[in-house]
Parts: sequence; structure tokens; C-alpha cells
Amino acid sequence: MNTKKALFEYCIRIGDNSMILGHRLSELCSRGPILEEDIAITNISLDLFGQCRNILTYAGEVEGKGRNEDDLAYHRPEHEFRSVLLTEQPNGHFGTTMARQMLFSVFHYYFYKELSKSNDVHLAAFAAKSLKETMYHMRHSSEWIIRLGDGTEESHEKMQEGLNKMWSYRHELFEKDAVDEHLIELGIAVDTAKFKDAYEKQLEEIISRATLEIPEEGWRATGGRIGHHSEYMGHILAVFQSLARAYPDAKW
Amino acid sequence: MEDVERLEAFQAKIDREEKIEPKDWMPAEYRKHLIRQISQHAHSEVIGMQPEGNWITRAPSLRAKVVLLAKIQDEAGHGLYLYCAAETLGISREELLEQLHSGKAKYSSIFNYPTLNWADMGAVGWLVDGAAIVNQVSLQRTSFGPYSRGMVRICKEESFHQRQGYEIMATMAKGTPEQKRMAQEALDRIWWPALGMFGPHDKDSPNTGNAMKWKIKRETNDELRQKFIDKTVQQAEVIGLTVPDPDMKWNEDKGQYDHGEIDWEEFMNVVRGKGPCNAQRLEHHKKAHDEGRWVRDAATAYAKKQQSKKQVA
Ligand SMILES: [Fe+2]
Ligand SMILES: [Fe+2]
Repeated sequence: MNTKKALFEYCIRIGDNSMILGHRLSELCSRGPILEEDIAITNISLDLFGQCRNILTYAGEVEGKGRNEDDLAYHRPEHEFRSVLLTEQPNGHFGTTMARQMLFSVFHYYFYKELSKSNDVHLAAFAAKSLKETMYHMRHSSEWIIRLGDGTEESHEKMQEGLNKMWSYRHELFEKDAVDEHLIELGIAVDTAKFKDAYEKQLEEIISRATLEIPEEGWRATGGRIGHHSEYMGHILAVFQSLARAYPDAKW
Repeated sequence: MEDVERLEAFQAKIDREEKIEPKDWMPAEYRKHLIRQISQHAHSEVIGMQPEGNWITRAPSLRAKVVLLAKIQDEAGHGLYLYCAAETLGISREELLEQLHSGKAKYSSIFNYPTLNWADMGAVGWLVDGAAIVNQVSLQRTSFGPYSRGMVRICKEESFHQRQGYEIMATMAKGTPEQKRMAQEALDRIWWPALGMFGPHDKDSPNTGNAMKWKIKRETNDELRQKFIDKTVQQAEVIGLTVPDPDMKWNEDKGQYDHGEIDWEEFMNVVRGKGPCNAQRLEHHKKAHDEGRWVRDAATAYAKKQQSKKQVA
């Protein structure tokens, strides 16, 4: 396995997750249930786009073909994106948005915590910075799950419904392939298997505090890593990339 | 007669340029005027998120996207800050939003126009935030303390927005022919509605009377509009764009620009709800508000439960 190629691949996996989830959250700007929450969701979106820019820029440097963050975000076809299907799922109602966020942010928390010990200096610094942001994302979404679960009868039902919908998408976050194995051996990548139990335990704790039920397992989402996305992905990119692709010669 | 004395003391305080604070006595009319003006201002910040929000998902670079998102988030922050200032006058946010939804409260008509190409993100920042600043700089000296302090804070961010908008415009104007077309077209569409932001001519402006005496308003609509024109026309020239007003001419004697007449019939139509996006903007806001009700209810219910748990413990 070529280390440079593996590292590029590893970086765009991280960057694409942040970009697509950041995009989903950005769709909610001016649509929050209350102004304070509008601001909070935009904050998380901004953090994720910040992470995305950092890591895609680095990916371009690692690749060494002169591609910058925008080349990678705007001029890659769908099948070259590596986002997990969880990030692509529509916002649904506020409970669904928070369930998606919580499943992702708790993962992100453990992930960045480990990545901050990476032998790759850039990845380690990036992870340390992102970890701080992610702690807020995790707290924010967990608190909402608890509030909605233990709020009114209606919110309890809706929160359970949102959680059920998103639940089985979390497994994809822990998928491992040759790229991971190679970089784990070099002390660059994170072995996510190490914290799967802690992750599951933390989810159970939040769900229990929210007086909700652990959902039944449904279809275990997979495919993002080989470019087999959800049907939503094509539409996301059609919007996201539209202007940049319509005027490829323009500088903005 | 006690009121007469209070009124005199109130006016004397204003004349000494001291700020009126929420706990101070104030005439009912003063309170009413402020609630109307501050809430209109707050609603404008919040409704104004929509026309710019229209381009977030299509922003042409990641940098442009985060700049735009952060800008819109600032506007939400302004709205929040102003709602809080209005609340100090004894009205709740829920009431304020009801007034918005029923049409009783207004917001700036500029946001009832659509954003049709990316250059609009430049034109809105440059012209709309630019016009807002002229107004708000003047309002920093307004007599009501919370409003005045809010303006000081908000103005700093608005001038940042204005510069960012101008930067987008400048980039577009010296970009590809297509980009230049977008830039000029955006200026053509937004110029006149931006001038309308200052309101009717002084002679036709019914709310100015007491507002000047009470120093809620410090400069008249026409004075503010002229300031805006004088600083903006040259900025357009610098980047090679043309303001869509054939009567715009430098007047050497007056030391200011003469300009053509605003289409007041169109202006009044949009104020009365008959603009291109009035229905869309309100519907968007109502929908988010209605769909968020169960979330707000849940937060309240949860907080109550926690409260009573604490009391038991
Ligand atoms: Fe603002
Ligand atoms: Fe602004």
C-alpha cells in the first residue's frame, strides 16, 4: 500500500463527512425552531466547514497534484466522495437532525481524541483543534435528545422516531479497510474498534437519560467508502457544486 | 399634573443627552414608538436572513460559503439582541412574533426582493448593510439606552459586512464577462430598493415629529439617504459599475449628488405587502416557527420538570 495514497484517501474521508454534514446543517439556516437554536446550528455547520477546509487542503498537499480545497469540494464527481451515508440523510424534523448529529458527534469526539495522538503532525494538530469544537457539538445534541425525549409526550414520540431512523447508520462510521490498516500500523490513523464499546455505552446512557428506547437494528448502512452513496448525495452535489461548475473559469 | 412634571423631567433628561433606561419613567407614546421601531428593526434582521440564505448551499467556494454563513449568523445575533432590547420595554418575544405574522409589525421592504445571482451576495452586503449602517450610526446616539448600546455593537459587524459585500462586488466586476454582467445586474435591481430603506421623504413621513424631539431619531430620512448616496456612488465608479440613475449628477454648489426620484408607488406597494417576495418571506418564517413549536414546548416542559425535581430534592 502506497502511504501517500492511503493518507490522501484517509483525509478525504474525514473532510467529506464534515462537508456533507456541514451542508445539511447549512440548509437549516433561518429555519430553526427558535432564533438561539438557529445560531447554534449554524455554528456547528461553520465548525464542520472549517474542519473540512483544513483537511481537504491538507489532502491536496499530500496528493501533490496541485488540487486545493475547492478543486476537491466542487470538482470531484459523486463516486469519488467518501462521506458516510449518515451525513447525507435529510434533516427531517428537529429530533431527526439532533439524532443524526448526536450519533456523529459522539463518534467524532472519540475519533478526534485518538487522532490527536497521531504520528502525523498535521493530523494531530487538526484533531486537537477539532476536538474542542466537537465537544460542544456532542453536548449540544445530547442535551437536546434528553430534553426532547423527556419533554412532552409529543416530543418523546418524535425524538424516538428520529432516533430510530438514524440508528443503524452509525455502524458505517466504524468500517475498516486496507487504508485504515496500513495507516494504523504506522501510527497515523485511528483504530476505531478500540472505542466502539465506549461509543455504544455512551449512546445507551444518553438514550436512557432521555427516557427513550434503544432502537431495533435496521439496515446497516454501508457504501460511502467505495462511492456508493444514498440517493440524496447526487442532489446534494447538484446544488452544492452548481455555480462553481457552471462558471469553471470564474474566480470568486 | 404629576404627569406634566414627569414629562418635563423626561424631556430635560433627553435634552441633556442622558439615556433613558428601561426602569425609568417614560411617556406611553415613547414606549410605543420604541417597541414599534426596535421590533421592526429586529424583524428586519431576521427576515433578512432569507434572501442571503437563498445562496448558502450554492456558494461557489468554501471560503465564500463560510463568510456568507457567518454573516447570516451575525444577522441572527442582531435580531436576538434587538428582541431582547424590545423585551426590556415590557413585550414578550412571542408577542413580537405574533405581530410579525399577523402583519401588524413590519420589517424592511428591501428583503421582499429576490436574490437572483451570486453577485446579489455582494450587492446586499455593500448596499443593504451599507444603508443600514448609515441609519444605525445615527441611532448610536438614540435616547433609549439599550437600543443605543445595541447599535454600537451591531454597527461594528455591519461595517464588516459592508466591506465583505463590496469585496464580492469588486471581484465580480473585474471577473469574467459573465461575472461582470451579474454584478451590474445585481446593482441595477438592488439600487432603488436600497434607497427606499431610508423611508419616505421628510415631508411625507408621519412618524418623524416626536421621534426627533425625543431623540429616538437623530437625522431625517432625506439627510440619511443623501449621506448614503454620496458615499456609495463613488464606490460604484471605482469598481467600474454604474448606478442605474440617469439623473445622478455631482452638484458642485451643494457638495453632494443630485439624484432621480424613487418610484414611491412601487415602494408603497411593497410596504403594503404587494412585493415580489412578501408572501414567501412571511410564510417561510411562519413555517419554521410553527414547525418549531413542539421543540419549544418540550424545552419548557423539560425545564419545569427539572425545576420540580430540584425542589423535591
Ligand atoms: Fe444586521
Ligand atoms: Fe449585516
